Amino acid sequence: MTVIPESDIAGSQTELELAPGAEPVARTNWQLFRRRFFRHKLALASMVVLFVLIVVCFGAAWIAPFPKNETNLLIVPGGPSAHHWFGTNEAGQDMLTQVLYGGQISLKIGLAVAFFSTVVGVVVGAIAGFFGGWIDQGLSRLTDLFLIVPELAILGVAIQRLGRSDNAFIFVLAALGWMYIARVVRGQVLSIREKEFIEAARASGASGTRIIVRHILPNCIGPIMVNATLAIAAAVIAETTLTYLGLGLQPPATSWGILLNQAEGAVTSTSQFYLVFFPGLFLILTVLAVNFLGDDLRDAFDPQSHH
Amino acid sequence: MLTYIVRRIFYSVPVLVIASFLVFWGIRTTYDPTAKLRTSRDAARVIAQRRHELGLDKSIVSQWWTWFTSFLHGNLGVSDRTNGDVWKMITHALWPSLQLMFFGIGFALVLAIAVGVYSAVKQYSVGDYLFTGVSYIGIAMPTFLFGLLAIALVVTLPVTWFHLNQPILYSVGLHSTGQSGFNLDYLRHLALPVLTLTVQSVAVWSRFQRASMLDVLNADYVRTARAKGVPKRKVIFGHAFRNALIPLVTVVALDSAFLVGGLVITEQIFSIGGMGRLFLEALSGGDAPVLLAWFLVVAVFVIVFNLIADLMYSVLDPRIRVS
Repeated sequence: MTVIPESDIAGSQTELELAPGAEPVARTNWQLFRRRFFRHKLALASMVVLFVLIVVCFGAAWIAPFPKNETNLLIVPGGPSAHHWFGTNEAGQDMLTQVLYGGQISLKIGLAVAFFSTVVGVVVGAIAGFFGGWIDQGLSRLTDLFLIVPELAILGVAIQRLGRSDNAFIFVLAALGWMYIARVVRGQVLSIREKEFIEAARASGASGTRIIVRHILPNCIGPIMVNATLAIAAAVIAETTLTYLGLGLQPPATSWGILLNQAEGAVTSTSQFYLVFFPGLFLILTVLAVNFLGDDLRDAFDPQSHH
Repeated sequence: MLTYIVRRIFYSVPVLVIASFLVFWGIRTTYDPTAKLRTSRDAARVIAQRRHELGLDKSIVSQWWTWFTSFLHGNLGVSDRTNGDVWKMITHALWPSLQLMFFGIGFALVLAIAVGVYSAVKQYSVGDYLFTGVSYIGIAMPTFLFGLLAIALVVTLPVTWFHLNQPILYSVGLHSTGQSGFNLDYLRHLALPVLTLTVQSVAVWSRFQRASMLDVLNADYVRTARAKGVPKRKVIFGHAFRNALIPLVTVVALDSAFLVGGLVITEQIFSIGGMGRLFLEALSGGDAPVLLAWFLVVAVFVIVFNLIADLMYSVLDPRIRVS
């Protein structure tokens, strides 16, 4: 979905200050403080949450209380207890263990997709923006094409075709995701390449590649970082959604999507609610943390911003 | 106006044609309609004969052309799964989906605009922070997870705790058996699917409305109006509000394809037999004719929706003339 730059507000603020004789918006110290405090604390907390999530999920082999997918039919499925913190499911699997191992796959997909789509998107976007021509035309037409079909539907078909594995997910999501980043980078490059310092670089004999790599891309780092973080969230949501719908990963693989898919019946019984709650909690925590981080990066990289 | 509409439709034809070819190629190479013949006796000959009957031995372009021209003639073919007429299946599924879309977009627009305008007018108030916090959670909430949580917390929990005979809001279908039409029963069925479909849209759109309202409120003409002594309420609703709606129209139009994706999830969770369910059934059943028709119908819907959005611009801002 579309994301709103929070800095819009800051932008109009500067405008007010520049206008001669204009009254600046009265804002108490308490309001300013609340605003700053709120933002920075959240970004810091998001960093910590993300870090902890990544460590516990990828360190599941050492941290998880039980071996992966270990089924124990002797235990009665039940809610959280001292022995099973997140309870156990129908197959007698410890949910804490499953959630941690599930996070491995979900987070791996998110991080890998963000990495690959950013790399491809930056390269194509920079070339399209700087040199224009058929690459630029092609990029615009391609993104137009994808605007008229729901992404979920394309993903669904593509995943059936490529086999329902985590690597197929990474490939398909990156293949769709790079276009957004390419468009953002293209827009940035288009405005930066007209600046005087680019002209100066060209006058001193710098090649096109050098101008892009040394002069233009460092100036686009903000939007690139923001979109890379948002790509993590989008990929994690896409994987869990498709898997929940039964179109994605399949057991014996474990992901948050699979756990939520298996817990589908649990929503009609109060005593089994924990089967939805814990994977869902981890999923939302991840997306929230990534979104907050992206938002704060946007502010931090925005020279107009007053935070 | 009319020439504009005609020209826009004319422009969208090549996009639609190319999209239909890509979808056709993708689906034809994914699903083999002769897969179930593989176990039959003398498989190689039977399959070759069937492929010839279906025209699969021709090139992909000519296969697509055959399909596309018959589509233009209103012949969408026959379902691989049910042998039913695809056109009938689509029109049958369209009605529940259109209801969800209609009420969903209406609900989301009203709520998002109200929240956005309030947050902008009372910027940095407690209410603004509250809405900001809620919208962050809304944006981070995957549609399907919201649906599951809504069923658990709104339907299951009260029934168990208060020993109700029937839930306050239903989570299956659009009508109880034997009921039809627009009544209380319908609304009790509609509430949760509509909420699930639109939770992300409300969150994002309200943030957008807030940002654009703030932009407008800080514009010179608004300050002039205030300086002339126009009452605040009149400035907000008479001068600012209408202009602040324009950016939202763009966002809503761009999100129409996303909403169709949400429809797939919502209809699956709430067992509503609309376009979303049809897509999932066709996809898991390998029903290529239905999938092809589905993609084309959805693409047409999104294009029409974007056209309506373009026409809305000129309604909101008389300076923008469509011609």
